[in-house]
Amino acid sequence: MSRKLQVLLIALSLAFIGFFIVWYKVGVLGIPFLPHEKRSVYKIGAEISFEGKNKPVLVSMALPEPQEGIQILSEDVASSGFGYAEAQTKTGKRAEWSMRNVVGPQILYYSIEVLIKPGEYKPKLPLVAFEQEIETLSDLPDTLRNTAKNLLDDVRLRSADIHSFAAQLIHDFNAKEPSQAIKILLAQGGESKLEMISRLLKYRKILVRKIHGLYLESERRNIALTPMLEVYDGNNWQLYDLKKGKVTRDKNFFIWQHGGDSLIDVTGATKSNIRFSLNERQVPVEYLLEKQELLKKAAILDFSLFSLPVSEQNAYRHILLVPFGALVVVLLRIIGGLRTSGTFMPVLIALAFMETTLFAGLIMFILIVGLGLIIRSYLSSLNLLLVARISAVMIVVILIMSFMSILSFKLGIKEVLTVTFFPMIILAWTIERMSILWEEEGAKEVFIQGGGSLIVAVFAYLVMSYPFVSHIAFNFPELLLVVLGLIIILGRYSGYRLSELIRFRSMVK
Amino acid sequence: MFANPFKLKKLGVLGMNKRNIHYIGAQNDRKYYPLVDNKLKTKVVAQNAGIAVPKLLVTIERQSQLRHLKEMLIGLDKFVLKPAQGSGGKGILVIMKREDDEFIKPNGQRLQLRDIQRDISNILSGLYSLGGKPDVAMIEQLVEFDPIFDRYSYEGVPDIRVIVYKGYPAMAMLRCSTSESDGKANLHQGAVGVGIDMGSGKSLFSVQHGSPITHHPDTGYDFSELKIPHWEEILTLAASCYEVTHLGYLGADIVLDKNLGPLILELNARPGLAIQIANRVGAVKRYDVIDKQAEGLDVSDRVKFSMNYFGVK
Repeated sequence: MSRKLQVLLIALSLAFIGFFIVWYKVGVLGIPFLPHEKRSVYKIGAEISFEGKNKPVLVSMALPEPQEGIQILSEDVASSGFGYAEAQTKTGKRAEWSMRNVVGPQILYYSIEVLIKPGEYKPKLPLVAFEQEIETLSDLPDTLRNTAKNLLDDVRLRSADIHSFAAQLIHDFNAKEPSQAIKILLAQGGESKLEMISRLLKYRKILVRKIHGLYLESERRNIALTPMLEVYDGNNWQLYDLKKGKVTRDKNFFIWQHGGDSLIDVTGATKSNIRFSLNERQVPVEYLLEKQELLKKAAILDFSLFSLPVSEQNAYRHILLVPFGALVVVLLRIIGGLRTSGTFMPVLIALAFMETTLFAGLIMFILIVGLGLIIRSYLSSLNLLLVARISAVMIVVILIMSFMSILSFKLGIKEVLTVTFFPMIILAWTIERMSILWEEEGAKEVFIQGGGSLIVAVFAYLVMSYPFVSHIAFNFPELLLVVLGLIIILGRYSGYRLSELIRFRSMVK
Repeated sequence: MFANPFKLKKLGVLGMNKRNIHYIGAQNDRKYYPLVDNKLKTKVVAQNAGIAVPKLLVTIERQSQLRHLKEMLIGLDKFVLKPAQGSGGKGILVIMKREDDEFIKPNGQRLQLRDIQRDISNILSGLYSLGGKPDVAMIEQLVEFDPIFDRYSYEGVPDIRVIVYKGYPAMAMLRCSTSESDGKANLHQGAVGVGIDMGSGKSLFSVQHGSPITHHPDTGYDFSELKIPHWEEILTLAASCYEVTHLGYLGADIVLDKNLGPLILELNARPGLAIQIANRVGAVKRYDVIDKQAEGLDVSDRVKFSMNYFGVK
């Protein structure tokens, strides 16, 4: 097999493998190929506090269930010394902490991270058996029951259907100056407003359920869950905020508890309390991939960069761009015929540009190298040995960098502070090489190679900082195989360089 | 502005990528590179093979030898000191004559023995070598240039570059320094390249900076009157380097000494492409012809073939 065919075969199979994996991830696993905007991830934290009385303590808290439109990404429990278990009850899942002897104030933490799913939201909660129980109000004294019946009859007169009935009832309970009947019910019924309304509705054979949840907004601390009632009219569930009355079910309302039980039960301790906190952070969609249940099933993703800790992931975000910079170097040198000083110096400079921004980076680079060349030309007259000379140049580079930083900081130009991102060893070598070039080949060659390096660096920067490139580089690292194949093919390109078409133009005439 | 690449291909013009892959990469085994990159090694193997080179007088490998420099230089009135692995002509010192203890450079500057010792010390410590590797200093016989080229060169050494492909001389060019090139014979620094007819040694075309010229920019002499003497001898010398270096793609730099005739000054495993512009011939055309020739011919047959085949009829 000829070498040419081998190269072609290797390159094509590399590209094929790369594209195949990309196709699998996009087509089968549904990873977005184009970069997406960031999404809000909310962290909801529950903080349970109580005081131990040197007795065994059992804490039970209602846990949120999966729900339409909102995805629970992760949960986290922190409770030192307590045993933790989850239990399924007829009203839903509950978290249970237990400990033999508890003394003094204690705090238990439970937090989840949720993501609002994109797209249309259709509230759809199944009807659970306990929600269909009919209320009798039999535990109330006769007088109180009669008061309740009168109130309900009164409300019935002012309403047209189930929804207006519920709305009117809640409205009555919320009135600034509630009617006598409501005052008596709340005072003697021994129930919360929510509980009482729910019982009254059930007494009229209306399907109703209590929910507790919170609105997913930005930063909230020390908040309680918002109680809500949902009323079923035979077709739809309608949501009622106890304070606002009828509300439309919102996408960003997260239901923590659904059903009738208490939110927390603490036995064996006093002063128990539960507070919630909420914080929001913007997360690129790619970050969410690691946690999605569906994708966990795919072994290929379990082996992806998302399995690394976040700080390492960030390092790879940079590292994986380098091959694309290298591709630019290969293209511009082999096809374009640009001459650069040092093969991959332009890529490293481009990486620095990504931190400094292009314009500031270019100016700083030219300043440092220019000043370095002037000082190096003096060092050259001292006839120093190579290692000492490079070290001297490197120290000069560091001095120039720190001087620039200090000066610009005093002047208030904070862009220049990013000068530290320039790789100083590379700068020192660049100065050394250019200075030798100046002595041996003249200033013209220095400008050709220096200019060539900068052009390549700018192109590499433009490619590497393009959001689409950084997106696919990190999310589809298998595309490196395609880049590798491309570079291998370019390595066998024996055609003319663009610069040679100019150089040899006199031969055509 | 741009030449049509298809026309260039038709003319057989060799580009950098093709040179690297198909000629340097395919013909030159990397293990033989040190032989040409190190002038001392080149000289030793060339001398052993009977190839004419400027005579090696003294080599200095260690700093400790510098104490005996005076004894080493006894009887040497004119010589050239150079680093074995230098590039671009750096570190070369030419001594024209000697008056008692003083060494006189071509520009009249007088040097003491200790000045030369310092220069040699710098060479040994790698000041001029690539990457600062420790180097060896060599002192060789001063070439006395044939005055025939005086009219075509300004302040420098004219040399003849012959490209030898698979042992066949394929192309030749005379490189004349100018004031712009600062006495150096590098074309991209402004030296003039004069394409030479393989058959006769007569000049064909001249280029400076890739554009045709007819007269030397400093001396004003017409290049078309130029004819290189000892032409067959020069080509034979160049072609014989193939057996010595095992490099299938080779540039031989040859100078003419007025007493000794052609001498190999330097060999190059990566010869450049400008020679095509000076000859107005695509190199691939000639290499393709050579590729069709039987292997194993001896030097004189190869030279005769090239002179017949590539000469201008």
